[in-house]
Amino acid sequence: MTYVGIVLVSHSEKVTDGLKEIIREVIEDVPVESAGGMEDGLIGTSVDKITTAIRQADQGRGVLIFYDLGSAKMNTDLAIELADLQEEVELVEAPLIEGAYVGAVEASIGRDMTEILASIHASFPKIEIG
Amino acid sequence: MIWKEVDIVSWMDKTNEKIQANKSELTILDRNIGDGDHGINMSRGFQKIVDQLQETNYSSVSAVLKDVAMLMIRHIGGASGPLYGTAFLRLSLATENIQTIDTTTLAKGFHAATAGIKQRGKAKSGEKTLIDVWSPVTKYMNDTEEINPTKLVQVAELAMENTEDMLAKKGRAAYLKERSIGHIDPGAMSSYLLFQSLAEVLEGGSTT
Ligand SMILES: Nc1ncnc2c1ncn2[C@@H]1O[C@H](COP(=O)(O)OP(=O)(O)OP(=O)(O)O)[C@@H](O)[C@H]1O
Ligand SMILES: [Mg+2]
Repeated sequence: MTYVGIVLVSHSEKVTDGLKEIIREVIEDVPVESAGGMEDGLIGTSVDKITTAIRQADQGRGVLIFYDLGSAKMNTDLAIELADLQEEVELVEAPLIEGAYVGAVEASIGRDMTEILASIHASFPKIEIG
Repeated sequence: MIWKEVDIVSWMDKTNEKIQANKSELTILDRNIGDGDHGINMSRGFQKIVDQLQETNYSSVSAVLKDVAMLMIRHIGGASGPLYGTAFLRLSLATENIQTIDTTTLAKGFHAATAGIKQRGKAKSGEKTLIDVWSPVTKYMNDTEEINPTKLVQVAELAMENTEDMLAKKGRAAYLKERSIGHIDPGAMSSYLLFQSLAEVLEGGSTT
């Protein structure tokens, strides 16, 4: 069975590693990639890390990306543009932790991108971040 | 002047010198209304840029600009990395396959670059970001018959100073709301240094 993949982008690697742990406690099969922080572990976001994470999370059913502040979104947009990614990717406008959790649960029951996005948007009213 | 690969390298060298000299000033500005990393980000990124440019031989202005863009994206970090990187990608595109790159070509490139920054940051003029320097400078470059380096610096400096009274609507500073007023935007200052350096290259520019 294949799943929609999840990529976590935050300024801190600890945040995305921790979030992945929270998800993994409940959901084992859905690909979840932690792409927080910069290469050297510094606070920030990295185009290269995000690109790699998207590639790894993809099983052919698309990838949902959850992010936190400012540059996280800009670098994710750039990653998608520069790598000319073939994967179907979607940046999700939802709180990083709760959004990713809902996304992973929905993905684990085999839902597709559209269904998962609808469910997330129903759970979280639009918020302004960054 | 006609822009050659060496002129871009020289522009980056001059910018790097100013960034390194003003690293703590940039940090202080970003500590006032952001997270205090702009000086570190710019200094790390520009050091990488000059190191890399020194080691490489380029066959076109566009190729130098492209490399600069990628180095900015990889090494500056923060929001300014993708924003400056996008601007230089646009500059590179605007100079691609053009044999003689005069200042008019470059001015058009800056126009595309500013549009790129706005698009990347989902931002517009007056929101207290580096756009508030790029936009007036680009306008001056495109409106004037011939770019006067002294005037260019004046436009950039005034634009930077004008960010002091603005209320931030984008980036970290936006979370401070009214408290963002009364401080110069760090990105506006680093952009001022970039344009000051550009003016210096124009000043000493070859006409061949
Ligand atoms: N959305 C945006 N649009 C245009 N410019 C922006 C935007 N966000 C931030 N900036 C500019 O970037 C500058 C800050 O750059 P810096 O390198 O400190 O990144 P940062 O804000 O710390 O990044 P991060 O989002 O990763 O925390 C600001 O001074 C502003 O000029
Ligand atoms: Mg900062």
